[in-house]
Amino acid sequence: MATAVFGRKKHMTQAFQDDGTLVGVTVIEVEPNFITAVRTAEEDGYEAVQVGFGAARSNRVNKAQAGTFAKLDTPPRRHLKELRGVSGEVGESIGADVFEVGDRVHVSATSKGKGFQGTIKRHGFARGPMSHGSHNIRQPGSVGASADPARIFKGQRMPGQMGNKTATVRNLEVVAVDAENNELWVRGGVPGGKNAVVRVRKVGE
Amino acid sequence: MITSENLQQRDVTFKPGDTVRVHYRVIEGNRERIQVFEGLCISRKGGGINETFTVRKNSFGVNVERIFPLHSPKIAKIEVASRGAVRRAKLYYIRDKVGKKSRVKKAK
Repeated sequence: MATAVFGRKKHMTQAFQDDGTLVGVTVIEVEPNFITAVRTAEEDGYEAVQVGFGAARSNRVNKAQAGTFAKLDTPPRRHLKELRGVSGEVGESIGADVFEVGDRVHVSATSKGKGFQGTIKRHGFARGPMSHGSHNIRQPGSVGASADPARIFKGQRMPGQMGNKTATVRNLEVVAVDAENNELWVRGGVPGGKNAVVRVRKVGE
Repeated sequence: MITSENLQQRDVTFKPGDTVRVHYRVIEGNRERIQVFEGLCISRKGGGINETFTVRKNSFGVNVERIFPLHSPKIAKIEVASRGAVRRAKLYYIRDKVGKKSRVKKAK
């Protein structure tokens, strides 16, 4: 069964490991994920749990969701999301303590949006010469051949929106678990800005 | 916060300009011993768990600088060998001085 949880990226800092080495870590705040519904293979075609997390003012929750929370007799949550492959019962909570120090996790989130970017920043293309009358400084270059094939192949790398899409950083090490303060520390960076909603999933489950 | 557990409580205060002796744990194979790195502290930077300090010394005619994380558990002890009187927080100018000029005045 999969082990996963939603949290929010707080900030980065450093931590000493047992052997004295200093590593960069990202602090993820994992408020208890309250299970609001269970999806089963028989009824829904897949296994999952729907969880709510993050405090929300009651006037910021729509009526459909407010009804869901009222029926469960629990305060409204800001986010309602599904965790595929996770098992549990309605009313239970998933917290940071599902992970242990030393576990490997994948962290998914919406990356920081960079807007419409050229090929140099977006795909790492090389720049043309800056001087000697060059007008080819940040141009994308050739995008295809001539009369044959008379079209541009699909997937040709071109300028466009960069970032602001789901990105996953794989195989990060869990450095510390602080269930009391709802904190999960993972080694390395994770996608998204501060307070971004991130999904943390154990590797290989 | 877990950070506070990581912060070492050291009852030593030192500033750039001071000559410090850093007792550093070195692991060789499965044996651990203490190595002392003595030199002039030329900078302290960062804050909290990120704070580091730079020690400069002359080792067999070669000037060596070493940057230590202040809260590293590998540092067994920090001693102050002598206090210096300096007017700035970063003593990077020392790098360009040779001989008598590369010294720091003793604090009164």
